[in-house]
Amino acid sequence: MSLKLPKVTVWRAIFAVILLAGLYATYLRVVYGLGGATNLTDQFPWGLWIGFDVLCGVGLAAGGFTLVAIVHIFNIERYKPILRPAILTAFLGYSLVVVALLYDLGRPDRIWHPLIMWNPRSVMFEVAWCVTLYTTVLFLEFIPVVFEKFGWHKPLGWIHNVSVPLMIAGVLLSTLHQSSLGSLYLIVPEKLYPLWYSPFLPALFYISAIAVGLSMTIFESWHSSRAFGRALELSLLASMARVLAVLMSAYLWLRFLDMAHRGVFGLLLRNRTETWLFALEIALMAVPTLLLYQRKVRMSPGALYACVVMVLFGFIANRLNVAVTGMEASSGTHYVPKWTEVAVTLSIVGGGFAIFRVVAEYFPIFEAHTNQHAPEKVAEMEAAAVAVE
Amino acid sequence: MSRAILYDSTLCIGCKACEGGCAERWGLPYNDKIAAEERISAHKLTAVETHGERFSRRLCMHCAEPTCVSVCPVGALQKTSLGPVVYDAEKCMGCRYCLQACPFQVPSYEWNQRLPKMRKCDMCYERQSQGKQTACAEVCPTGATKNGERDQLLAEARQRIAEKPGQYYGKIYGVKEVGGTSVLYLSAVPFEQIGLRTSVPQEALPDLTWRVLDLTPDVVSTGSVLLGGIWWITNRRDEVAKKEGRRK
Repeated sequence: MSLKLPKVTVWRAIFAVILLAGLYATYLRVVYGLGGATNLTDQFPWGLWIGFDVLCGVGLAAGGFTLVAIVHIFNIERYKPILRPAILTAFLGYSLVVVALLYDLGRPDRIWHPLIMWNPRSVMFEVAWCVTLYTTVLFLEFIPVVFEKFGWHKPLGWIHNVSVPLMIAGVLLSTLHQSSLGSLYLIVPEKLYPLWYSPFLPALFYISAIAVGLSMTIFESWHSSRAFGRALELSLLASMARVLAVLMSAYLWLRFLDMAHRGVFGLLLRNRTETWLFALEIALMAVPTLLLYQRKVRMSPGALYACVVMVLFGFIANRLNVAVTGMEASSGTHYVPKWTEVAVTLSIVGGGFAIFRVVAEYFPIFEAHTNQHAPEKVAEMEAAAVAVE
Repeated sequence: MSRAILYDSTLCIGCKACEGGCAERWGLPYNDKIAAEERISAHKLTAVETHGERFSRRLCMHCAEPTCVSVCPVGALQKTSLGPVVYDAEKCMGCRYCLQACPFQVPSYEWNQRLPKMRKCDMCYERQSQGKQTACAEVCPTGATKNGERDQLLAEARQRIAEKPGQYYGKIYGVKEVGGTSVLYLSAVPFEQIGLRTSVPQEALPDLTWRVLDLTPDVVSTGSVLLGGIWWITNRRDEVAKKEGRRK
């Protein structure tokens, strides 16, 4: 193989600019501390890095545990072709959340402290443990792809032996920490604006995480079919979209019931930033939900994609509203992220897309999974590949 | 017994001696510029605020059931039996959940340090454990800040209100706020007029998250049996179907 220079495209140019900005922001973060690299203050201690990189990042990676539960625990085999991309997304997502935490923690060198210094009464402690364990589980769920690629059957067998308890643990750990990210805000009843504060925050975070996990799986199937020239598994995606519509309906129903019981609808009459951003968030969730109930929409790749993107943005709007919009009024300050915060966040997202693409290109992510049950076939293929080289 | 501070806003003359005493005790710089800052921060752990003709002091409230202690993932914050809420900087990893959760917006962060710490008043834990007064109470020329046993200070506060009902707003801030605090306030006017947060709940906050966290063992045990069961049934169904030749 000869060394080829990568082709310069608009997207690659944008990516390079983002990455350079991210590198400079990293330098500022290291040398000048959180004060030099963020607009965070004593009054507003959690900003974009927690609101987007952590809260959204973990949620957007929820497709991993959702698909594992569907395919391996409920044994609905026809979803298998989209399981691996979902696991890869989840593994990358969680790894990137850890990277983001290294930026956000005041003392990133002590990120391991919760593992040995315990406080079981802290939600953050539970999240730290679950995220650590679940990232390990995701690594083990992903690593068979690498073993297959290189034809290492022995370790493949070892992992296969523990795969069921491993998968159950993964689903449980996800259930715990996806809901716990909502529980983080249970302790600020007088600080979080009543349109978002609810005793049901853990349940709401959990249901929306599953919904956004499905959306993310549809989203990446759509993109990878274009990037790798694969046929779109449209009937599969359409049936997932139907589940998505039902889940989103349940979510919205729970939210409105809760708001009705807490008697906060009156707040919607106030002309405030909170009202408008709440309306935006709900619209981004409700519109695609209604549309996805129609078969015509689910079976049209373009319309399905548009709906799923709306759900993703609705989800991001929700998490940012909880973390930023809803916390502003009580803080007595106004928070707008510094350019460095945005640059780091965009670099992490861009890095995620790039790594996904590279891994999907070199490892068997989008192949039919006949190999898993017939390791001999892989060995043959590997031998053939070696011979050709 | 638990130590506490009683701050009587009606006796405070705004001389800021407490600020100076506090800075000296912590070894923090103190000058006219810092004295003019009316807000607690990482370099100023207590601050005298001016509200028209009245003054009010801000410092850590040392809650009976502190929110910060409950949220800290590494247990860097502890409520001592003596009363003060103390901080172990060696454990802290800088997640700043204490800043986020504190109902009084007390903890401050050293935003511009490369190896930052959280900073807040520790009610002179060391001095008090040696039987000494807090630095702020020791230097207060008018007795507006008084340090002692919480029960006795509470009784004294009630007595002051009873003796001069015209001078005081009839309540004591810190008796019920977030389940009670070790800093108590007396004032001539309703507390929100001297900058205190009256919107805080009257119950301790840690229960709000503990109620949910307490369900963790239930979720794990029920969940693993449920998921294991579902896996076993669906898997078994497949196996039987294969054996009977209904599937390839």
